[in-house]
Amino acid sequence: MLYLSVIVLIPLAAVAVKAFSGGLRSFWDAISNAVALQALAVTLGASLLVAAIGAVMGTIVAWVLVRDQFPGKWLVNALIDLPFALPTIVAGLTLLALYGPDSPFGIHLAYTRAAVLVALLFVTLPFVVRSVQPVLIELDRQVEEAAASLGASNATTFRRIVLPALGPAILSGAALAFARSVGEIGSLVLIVGKVQIASIVIFADIESNAAQAAAALSVVLLTLSLVVLLVLRRVGGRVAH
Amino acid sequence: MRIDVQAVTKSFGDFRALHDVTLVVPQGSLTALLGPSGSGKSTLLRIIAGLETPDSGSVLIAGNDVTAARVQERCIGFVFQHYAAFAHMSVCENIAFGLRIRKRPKAEVRERVDELLALVGLTKWAQQRPDQLSGGQRQRMALARALAVSPQVLLLDEPFGALDANVRTELRRWLRRLHDEQHVTTVLVTHDQEEAMDVADTIAVMNTAEIEQVGSPRDVYDRPATEFVMGFLGPVSRIDGRLVRPHDVTVSPLPRSDAIEAVVSRVVHLGFEVRIELELPGGEAARAQLTRAQADELGIEPEDIVYVKYPAAQVALTA
Amino acid sequence: MRISRRATLSLRALALLYLTLLLLLPLAVVFARTFEHGLAVAWTWMTTPAAISAFWLTVLVAVIAVPLNTIFGVGCALVLVRGRGRGRPLLDALLDLPFLVSPVMVGLSLILVYGEQGWFGKWFVSQGISIIYAVPGIVIATIFVSLPFVVREVAPVLIEVGDTQEQAAATLGASSWQTFWRVTLPSIRWGVAYGVVLTTARALGEIGAVLVVSSNVAGSTLTLPLLVYQRSSQIGAQSITSAYAAATELAVMSLVVLLAMTLLGPRRREAQ
Repeated sequence: MLYLSVIVLIPLAAVAVKAFSGGLRSFWDAISNAVALQALAVTLGASLLVAAIGAVMGTIVAWVLVRDQFPGKWLVNALIDLPFALPTIVAGLTLLALYGPDSPFGIHLAYTRAAVLVALLFVTLPFVVRSVQPVLIELDRQVEEAAASLGASNATTFRRIVLPALGPAILSGAALAFARSVGEIGSLVLIVGKVQIASIVIFADIESNAAQAAAALSVVLLTLSLVVLLVLRRVGGRVAH
Repeated sequence: MRIDVQAVTKSFGDFRALHDVTLVVPQGSLTALLGPSGSGKSTLLRIIAGLETPDSGSVLIAGNDVTAARVQERCIGFVFQHYAAFAHMSVCENIAFGLRIRKRPKAEVRERVDELLALVGLTKWAQQRPDQLSGGQRQRMALARALAVSPQVLLLDEPFGALDANVRTELRRWLRRLHDEQHVTTVLVTHDQEEAMDVADTIAVMNTAEIEQVGSPRDVYDRPATEFVMGFLGPVSRIDGRLVRPHDVTVSPLPRSDAIEAVVSRVVHLGFEVRIELELPGGEAARAQLTRAQADELGIEPEDIVYVKYPAAQVALTA
Repeated sequence: MRISRRATLSLRALALLYLTLLLLLPLAVVFARTFEHGLAVAWTWMTTPAAISAFWLTVLVAVIAVPLNTIFGVGCALVLVRGRGRGRPLLDALLDLPFLVSPVMVGLSLILVYGEQGWFGKWFVSQGISIIYAVPGIVIATIFVSLPFVVREVAPVLIEVGDTQEQAAATLGASSWQTFWRVTLPSIRWGVAYGVVLTTARALGEIGAVLVVSSNVAGSTLTLPLLVYQRSSQIGAQSITSAYAAATELAVMSLVVLLAMTLLGPRRREAQ
């Protein structure tokens, strides 16, 4: 407990204190100026989009990994964890290489919001997949067979039987993806260019000694993540990641 | 070593598991704690072991008050229903565990383990892991492990509950033989009355936190102290306001004095035994149990009217 | 559900295409770009004094952070699963914080506490110890972000294994310590191993928080990720290749981690 406090709690408390150290007015100013608001909007928008896309694609990938069979599947399964294993800065660098000015494919996405999306999709890939996989594995196939015997088409069975069973896991994974996206910096710092992202703004604030503004913005980000996570967990029930 | 349980009471939150329970387990006996789920028998066993502490009352082993002693200090052997095998150790290492903890010399440990492996018939399996053994083998290993430290008492918590029926029967006979050789005071918890009667010298019948009767298998079967004990130990029929064993009921097609008239509703052939289901005056249902020979001799069919008697000497309880 | 062959193939193609674009291409690019100008050049970049000291600093930080978090993690898991205190749900919630907090916020929080103007900072400075802009800051930041992995991997295993083995050990006379060492720890070892791997991965790759708490002076407080950042922020083709070289080192380390994860993954829930 002591360890936890020293490492985690005290520093976080310090941020909270600093955020409000200039009073409520100052806190409000810090988060409602044009730069901050835009950054928050971009961050939120991107994170929500990433959570949504991640939920869909992640479920598809999980489905293929569980229900399909093909040579080398084990390798694909292992690679899902790559974003967990690879340092985010390396991810950012490669995205810069792929989609930046030197792109081998002539795609120039870097320094745009699209690049941010791709980076975040990379980083959050495992969350939904690993959340859905175990649930999909545990799913009782006989329930689906019963539905089929009663006349349900595949689409109906998926919509009414499989999806509700997977729902909590998908939501849980999406919530984690959202929370992660909101605070992500390593993969974005190289490709972000002029696009304003909350974590980059915070970083800039720290560098320019505007600690209070940085703290205020940080507190907002954390609160956002917490709220989304709590809501989605309440709705979906906890799934181990 | 004799066990004395005195006025033990234990509750878990609102649930009362044991209420003022007193029991003496004679030295060298094999006593069964018999009862349905929730009767408190496992709790009592765990209190004797020291895995639970009573809210009030005391436990004595070999005359020493161990109520305050931790489980490690009581020198007991405990066998769990689901074996509690140390999954990452071999059979040999499992059995040796208690001795290694006590820092016994290697040679001594080696010898004792070999002795026990032979005793439980697992010598060939010494280097295997528990997950490579069958359920019955795992339980024998667990027994060997418990016996390795020469405990004062051996406590078994539904040890055969997780096993197949025929393994169960085989193992409980084996346990009885082991007990006859080793003479360790043993307490066995079970909900299976056939098992208790097959194995134990003394049976303590428990029901909702209390002991209803303590006696030999014969005693509790033939002279049950309460309706519950009677019903738990064997089948019961209610005739004429009395509780009677179906196999004590005599059935005759001819009217007799003191006999009750009944209509046969069903005749069920169960191999060697035949069960006659009767409808008594007043609409009550009862059963009689006859051997096949008896039934054939009487030639009873459904709808027949018969005359039913039970031996007065075999007094059953008043319902 | 019996899905048509066509649908199966389409789904498979979609999933694999997505994964290739998202995962494989980036990885391929790292290696391609690193060795674009030949093995020798790449090697030179990997063996500059800055690169070597960055490598060792990264390793050092991991060597400190991982064991500390492992000991904490096992203890914490035991408290959460076998303990009886009332603060456990709170502890459980708090353990999620490092996952939720943005790395920059972590960096900021450490500056506020241990920096020159910080709550404890003043005391440290007076003792001549610098935390921020020095190695200790990096270590603390890394410990923060990689804190929960071991706990989160060990706790479910503890639950699944159950405590009957520990009860059995007690009946056989084992003390609490003996029970922990001989029975509990072996039964959770795969969970611990997997948690250690995850912790190590996180520690090696940390960039956001350390970006904030370290200075940019090469050699003193640059970890490998920081080196990648620094080199790629410089202008010039040479710089970018050097950045790739450092990135390759990290990529190789993470592939080793990935291998460990793949091997240990299936075993971690076994109650062995």
